[in-house]
Amino acid sequence: MKLRTFFVAILVLLLLALASWQVLASLRYQWNWAGIWEQREILFRGWGLTILISCGALFGTILFGLLLAIGQETKEPVTRAVCRSYIELIRGTPLLTQLLLGYYVIAAAFHLDNKIIAGILLLTAFEAAYMAEILRGGVASIEPSQWDAARALGLGKRQTWRFVILPQALRRVLPGMAGQCASLVKDSSLLSVLGIAEFAKQTDVAVSSTSSPLEGYLPMAVGYLALTLPLSWLARILEKKWRLV
Amino acid sequence: MEIGMKIDVQDLVKTYGSQRALDGLSLSLPAGTRCLALIGPSGGGKSTLLRHLGGLELPNSGSISINDRLLPTEENELRHYRQKNGFLFQGYNLFPHLTARNNITLPLTEVHGKSLSEAQDLAATQLTRFGLANHADKLPVQLSGGQQQRVALIRALVSSPDLLFLDEPTAALDPEMTVEVLELVRELVRGGQEVILCTHEMGFARAVADVVAFIAAGKISETAAPDEIFNAPKNPNVARFLSRVLEFR
Repeated sequence: MKLRTFFVAILVLLLLALASWQVLASLRYQWNWAGIWEQREILFRGWGLTILISCGALFGTILFGLLLAIGQETKEPVTRAVCRSYIELIRGTPLLTQLLLGYYVIAAAFHLDNKIIAGILLLTAFEAAYMAEILRGGVASIEPSQWDAARALGLGKRQTWRFVILPQALRRVLPGMAGQCASLVKDSSLLSVLGIAEFAKQTDVAVSSTSSPLEGYLPMAVGYLALTLPLSWLARILEKKWRLV
Repeated sequence: MEIGMKIDVQDLVKTYGSQRALDGLSLSLPAGTRCLALIGPSGGGKSTLLRHLGGLELPNSGSISINDRLLPTEENELRHYRQKNGFLFQGYNLFPHLTARNNITLPLTEVHGKSLSEAQDLAATQLTRFGLANHADKLPVQLSGGQQQRVALIRALVSSPDLLFLDEPTAALDPEMTVEVLELVRELVRGGQEVILCTHEMGFARAVADVVAFIAAGKISETAAPDEIFNAPKNPNVARFLSRVLEFR
């Protein structure tokens, strides 16, 4: 059985390779890896900046997303309405629009000149709305009896969130959160429209200076995968570790 | 210190949507009651009354006073009231992500200001007392129903509550475990713990309570000592109910 799986896998890979080769052959593509290799420094710097921006935005997204999720669950109607509207507004408009408006209007109005910080904040503002919905789903899935038990023990609101609700909700939404984190890393590529020298932007620069798109875009795909795959693995490991037997 | 509790409930009304769970319920018990059992048909209002007495729900109107103190209606004060009491739920309501030990220590460290080592000592003592010493580090899902209910009981008891509320403590247990939990509760009452409980176990109500209140349709039908209410109920509805549920005993 195992042997058969192995042979099938090999066969599929061979077919894929053949198909790719056919496509490339039909393009009559002239490979020029040497050109892109000379650009490796700006590519690596871009990749590093993408990591920096992603980490910053990831931290902000979880924090802000949590606040939005809790804000939607409070009894206070104004807070709830503000959080709800914010999420609807963000989820109803394209990231590109938000980045352009956010950068050229809002960030400009606040004299926020640092592009990287502006980029992190804008990305956070966008991803947090999605994160909030994921977290809210997790919180909503906690049985009312858990709130009851916490109340009966005399735990306060904040203690209940911290010790009872969030630890359980986070376990349940971990896969969704990991997916959102991977989205965040990929979405950061859109910051290139603001002229931020992250990975996608730098790849563009390298590609146009060497006129060798495939040699630029293939490593770009690999570069993003190198960031998103570990996130999925981490989520799986945590999921297993935290599973309630 | 005076032994037993004094309870005075006046015209309690609680509605959920169009349903009147408590319909002007009044109940008055003289000082000296040590264990009050609430019995009656399902949906009659037993659990709702218990939740009000335990400070988990606020009535639409009416008042509750326990030991001559009116139950607060403001959330913060109500929380302080709940902190002084223990509440055991029908479905145990243990925190599934915490071990038996941590279920017990959490309220001690976070609510009652104990240090972690103090809390762990207390938990260890009680876990041993209730025969759960070997299960301290298990999660609730790894425990049987009876074991879970005992952990929940310890969690409710470990802070030495003034009052212990038990909401159908055996409803989710098989007969053997039911007996186990009932014996524990009887022991507690004998040890001086003041208890208010609602139950379907008539034999249990009879064995542990010194006052039994029959609740149906959101009102008290009859309040009496167990011997009186089980042997010679005055209210015909109570008599009919009891004769039916006791038929196969």
